[in-house]
Amino acid sequence: MVPEFGHFALILALALAVLLSSVPLAGALTGRSALQGFARPLATGQFVFIAIAFMALTRAFLLDDFSVAYVANNSNSLLPWYYKFSAVWGGHEGSLLLWILVLSGWTLAVAIFSRRLPADLLAQVLSVMGMVNVGFLLFILLTSNPFERLLPNVPADGTDLNPLLQDVGLIIHPPMLYMGYVGFSVAFAFAIAALMRGRLDSAWARWTRPWTTVAWCFLSLGIALGSWWAYYELGWGGWWFWDPVENASFLPWLAGTALMHSLAVTEKRGVFKSWTVLLAILTFSLSLLGTFLVRSGVLTSVHAFASDPTRGQFILALLGITIVASLTLYGFRAPAVHTRVRYGALSREVFLLMNNVLLMAAMLVVLVGTLYPLVLDYLGGGTLSVGEPYFNLTFSPLAVAVALMLGAGVFSRWKRTDGGWLGRQLLWPAAVSLLIAVIVPLWLGGFEPWAFVGCFAASWVLVATVRDIWGKSASRHGRMHGLRRLTRSYYGMVFGHLGMAVVMAGATVVSNYGVERDVRMTPGDQARIGDLTFRFESIGDREGPNYTAQQGVFEVREEGRLVTTLYPEKRIYNVQRSVMTEAGIDAGLFRDLFVALGEPVNGASAWAVRIQHKPLVRWLWLGAIFMAFGGGLAISDKRYRLRRRERKETDRQNASGVGEPAAEGGPG
Amino acid sequence: MRRLYLFIPLALAVALGVVLASGIGRDTSSLDSALIGEPVPAFELATLSDPDGARTPDVFRGQTQLLNVWGTWCPSCRVEHPELMRLADEKGIPIVGLNYKDNRDAALKWLEERGDPYSVTLFDPQGAFGFDLGVYGAPETYIIDAEGIVRYRHVGVVNEQVWRETLAPVFEQYRQEG
Repeated sequence: MVPEFGHFALILALALAVLLSSVPLAGALTGRSALQGFARPLATGQFVFIAIAFMALTRAFLLDDFSVAYVANNSNSLLPWYYKFSAVWGGHEGSLLLWILVLSGWTLAVAIFSRRLPADLLAQVLSVMGMVNVGFLLFILLTSNPFERLLPNVPADGTDLNPLLQDVGLIIHPPMLYMGYVGFSVAFAFAIAALMRGRLDSAWARWTRPWTTVAWCFLSLGIALGSWWAYYELGWGGWWFWDPVENASFLPWLAGTALMHSLAVTEKRGVFKSWTVLLAILTFSLSLLGTFLVRSGVLTSVHAFASDPTRGQFILALLGITIVASLTLYGFRAPAVHTRVRYGALSREVFLLMNNVLLMAAMLVVLVGTLYPLVLDYLGGGTLSVGEPYFNLTFSPLAVAVALMLGAGVFSRWKRTDGGWLGRQLLWPAAVSLLIAVIVPLWLGGFEPWAFVGCFAASWVLVATVRDIWGKSASRHGRMHGLRRLTRSYYGMVFGHLGMAVVMAGATVVSNYGVERDVRMTPGDQARIGDLTFRFESIGDREGPNYTAQQGVFEVREEGRLVTTLYPEKRIYNVQRSVMTEAGIDAGLFRDLFVALGEPVNGASAWAVRIQHKPLVRWLWLGAIFMAFGGGLAISDKRYRLRRRERKETDRQNASGVGEPAAEGGPG
Repeated sequence: MRRLYLFIPLALAVALGVVLASGIGRDTSSLDSALIGEPVPAFELATLSDPDGARTPDVFRGQTQLLNVWGTWCPSCRVEHPELMRLADEKGIPIVGLNYKDNRDAALKWLEERGDPYSVTLFDPQGAFGFDLGVYGAPETYIIDAEGIVRYRHVGVVNEQVWRETLAPVFEQYRQEG
């Protein structure tokens, strides 16, 4: 009964979404405020019914209701309860439901936090989000109903959740990722609404900015979680595979990063409007493209959900309608007049434009590498992978270029920057970075061209950022006062950029100086990496809740002193009979020690063992945390809080709703 | 006039869509290699298991064989691998591997984990031989006859159906001629 109730709730949510996408919009276009007033209640109702459907599915999982086909295919009575919970989004139908839940959640958030917006704008924004919701609710109801029953032959037990997904990282990775993906729909909705109104101004950019930043934070964390999960769960110690599905999440991140920076220019200086709005459309389109790639099964990948062609066609149609409709609107309504705002060739505007150009180039490189096999397949050439060599060759130089531009850009001023002054500012960062880039590689074990370039780029960003703080915090009342005077949005930027430096340092060092050894070992054998000795002590059996494992014991010693003991496992999951490698990892800020069991060789007395020493690998994820923290700081800036206080006043006035906060003094 | 520029993104998106849509269902023979009917280009490569041993196109002399281009970085190769194992084990098809732009340890581990369908695996870390051969990406599979002449090229995953309908007839034809 309850699953049918959930199904029914989804249908009701669709009805509300249809109303949301039409009534407030009609109200905004005809100027009838009564109709506009429906926007917020409808957004709330839509969320409530989708939440009910989600809870109904969750209940089916927790109570082992195997009469529901989706539950039977993705769960098992032996599964621990927390994996039963995360199994809700372990397959296509459920994760789509999560997608929709998140989308309606964002819609609700806009309805709650944007009361200060002009009522007709809010009505339009919520309507656009309602349209997206209609598309996805139709998708789930027509092609991927999670509440389908297996009647009358109810299976006695489920076929279990894919063992790869039975992991803490996978409990939180998809929700984070979707918060990011779907969050860009807010920027998209604002862009479409602004185009419809024909009013693309700095107020529009100011409203869009915090939403974009929040979505970007979630997406950064989501991507980092995915990378972390791949590192310890897939069992071979890589942290980024340029897998099509990883790329699918990376594309909107790159576009979203460009969007954040472009929005800053549009807000502060009122230029690049058409470009910014195009980026907002592009970012969300890339999110949809990512969804399409993952769900259509057109690309071979570790993540691919079992697919059927109607689903692929449906979401492709959704993608096509979104892109064509929004770009047509863009063509007719984007401002074509040249703005009269002037800026020099060395201004911050130009640096941020260069940042955008480079990020877009990087995005295109990844897009081409991801879609090329797909295009070739469509053209009849068969399925193939472009793979890591291509991405490393093309992406790395662009990443370095972004970093170099960033280091110079933080010093630049709006309108115009004095070239000689900028050069003097850059002298120290250049000298210090050069020194670091020579010393660090030599100290880590030898000079490598890419290690030099990567270390230089990372320390360039770091030193330039620190130098910039130093310069900006100078104050007559002492350094502390100066530091306190800087705004949170400035510190947000600092952390975002430091995060980028940390990620670059980690990626450079671990790819150039990580040591990987595949050895054949029997208990009692030793293997060495540098000063470290890995001794294979023993191997024994261990029983888990729904698997049996062979667990190895490895003692790692440095010059005789015990560093750590690692317990890598080879697990066999009882239901699907699939074998999983659980690596033994000793995590550290400066290095990870990693042991994974391969296959038994020579009749189980010896094992193929992979031993790895991964310097700075944690920095990859630490950097992402920095970035997300920076984003959090930026949106907690005074100017957003001030507005909340002002809100009451405006609510009281509430005449035309045109009131916009006065220009605020941002960073430099 | 300026307004027209703003339609460029739309035009690009539509053009891309048209190209993709028109491509659906096209003939698959469009990727014929320029090397069909030509001898295998000259090379001298070490093998995966033996860094010092140098192999030349002579490995293709004597019998009709498959040449399979693969790499551990290539997810499609993972999909293809069981079929290659089946061909080698059940049908006794001789397959020469070309490990393309890869790293030796990773490749050896791959073969250790999944089984080794190759009679010999050439190791081409820089992709030099692959370049001469005109490799687009991995996986690709070539049929090379007993004289060392390239007879057929298949781009993409070899599965049971591809083997039965496409590769096997060509392979048998040249095996009987040789």
